[in-house]
Amino acid sequence: MSIAAQLIANGLIAGSIYALVALGYTMVYGILKFINFAHGEIFMMGAYIGWTLHVLWGVPLLIAFPVAMICCGAFGYFLEKIAYKPLRNAPVWAPLITAIGVSIFLQSLAILIYGAQVKTFRTGEVAQGLHILGAIITPIQLTIIIVSTVLMVLLWLFVKKTKIGKAMRAVADNREVASTIGINVNKVISVVFVIGSALAAAGGILVGMEQNLTPTMGVSVGIKAFTATIVGGIGSIPGAVLGGLAIGLIENIGIWFIPSGYKDAIAFIILLLMLIFKPTGILGRKKEEDVRG
Amino acid sequence: MDYFIHIAILICIYIILAVSLNLIIGFTGQLNIGHAAFYGIGAYAAALLALSGQPFWLGLLAAMFFAGLGGLLISVPCLRLRGDYLAIATLGFGEIIRALMKNWTSLTRGPLGLPGIPSIEIFGITFSQPWQFLIIAALIAVIVVFLIRRMIKAPFGRVLRSIREDEIASQSLGKKIINYKVIAVVIGAMFAGVAGSLYAHYISFIDPTTFTLQETILMLCMVVLGGLGSIRGSIIGAALLIIIPEPLRFLSLPSSAAAALRQMLYAIILILIMLYRPQGLLGERRYTRNSNAVKKKRGVASA
Repeated sequence: MSIAAQLIANGLIAGSIYALVALGYTMVYGILKFINFAHGEIFMMGAYIGWTLHVLWGVPLLIAFPVAMICCGAFGYFLEKIAYKPLRNAPVWAPLITAIGVSIFLQSLAILIYGAQVKTFRTGEVAQGLHILGAIITPIQLTIIIVSTVLMVLLWLFVKKTKIGKAMRAVADNREVASTIGINVNKVISVVFVIGSALAAAGGILVGMEQNLTPTMGVSVGIKAFTATIVGGIGSIPGAVLGGLAIGLIENIGIWFIPSGYKDAIAFIILLLMLIFKPTGILGRKKEEDVRG
Repeated sequence: MDYFIHIAILICIYIILAVSLNLIIGFTGQLNIGHAAFYGIGAYAAALLALSGQPFWLGLLAAMFFAGLGGLLISVPCLRLRGDYLAIATLGFGEIIRALMKNWTSLTRGPLGLPGIPSIEIFGITFSQPWQFLIIAALIAVIVVFLIRRMIKAPFGRVLRSIREDEIASQSLGKKIINYKVIAVVIGAMFAGVAGSLYAHYISFIDPTTFTLQETILMLCMVVLGGLGSIRGSIIGAALLIIIPEPLRFLSLPSSAAAALRQMLYAIILILIMLYRPQGLLGERRYTRNSNAVKKKRGVASA
């Protein structure tokens, strides 16, 4: 086993989770030009719903997984309708503050219901790792990579091939023109929130299967996924995937060079550097008005 | 009695924090959610100097200087970008500062914190009793509020508000809006540093757990509840949000549940105020939900 291969493998595993969460940020931003601060908490909610179903009530994981995704998708739908839609024409900071409120609300709700102690999906022993290209990868980690890849491919097909996917792209391009040719903008926005939230929930369960669940787990994943969207270019779906993998890799390879206590700070430093030097990201469109006030 | 003095001192400290945050968010319209980082920088600067035997005023100046420097570092790159980027960047900045507090152990002793910070001493008089400290804290809070009020009433403050209302319009009047925004963030950060210095001297112990995102949320909540762009509002917001959760202490809840309930209260206040009374208790009424000016600013054309 070589350390480099292991770090790269760890980076890809973490990165595919960031990519799943980043997709939600980037789709919502692409359409509403709004950063959904509560997105990380939906990720956390997905993990806890999955845990409740699977560990507490004994529902098989294959059923608990999609059910948690559906629950969070529904939550995303109502969240948009109740908390964000009334503020669509308000100044930029108004929905942002609301989203911060929602995020804190969900965190404290999780603490009240589940307590601040960590929860875990693991019941038996950790399975023997497989040796792949010099790195040790557990079956769970392999599942993470496969499931997240499948979800991303499905999303890609949805956006490229279906009619509503086309409508999504049209609204992201120009909301006003899209509505004049009869696209139901409100419906598109709802669809985006539902899909984004369901993907975040999937990420939450996948992380939960491998690591511990805490009520604040959404904060650091949320900010890293957001960094990923900025790195990839906000509003771009392939950019979010690319950015997620990049953040996962940089973070895991980075702890080779700097003390591991700073691991969480790496993403923020990348975020600040990107905002200073290339706020449009790698795949972002050159249109300056997207980013600048 | 000491309990009430304690509450009063906390209110003074949070008035400074809320009013300085309001200068950045309420008056200039820049959503800063890393205010606790400036507060923390100030606290650490003051504590480290006091522990090495320097006088109070030097620690206070250092707290203002380093917190202001932090404000400069974060605002220069971000203020060229849309408002919501500043929010994320300041959040990230707060986390970087906390990682530094936790990991730069040779300076900050990391999670162990800095104990034994001496009381304030001015002209040879030591303010060690709580009521004595209250006098100092109240005095400094009054000075800070007075200074920020003057700033807001001055032409400088009017430019800040014009930036908040419409950046392009104020730019077209020849105002260098970036400079104004940076100055507002730096001044707000400096006053947060002042609050940090007071906190360090008062509690006499600081560690990284004090300066978290939750702390910023509390300050944000005070500002939003009182009203964005209202100094009186921030003062009332600070007082209310320190006093209201106090009864929770007397319910015998486990501490994590009590903290969670407090956080939930803040969250509900933030959401409800934004949805139903965005100007807060005392804020100036600035926009109606569907007014034309607002539509032009955010909505249809740019989306």
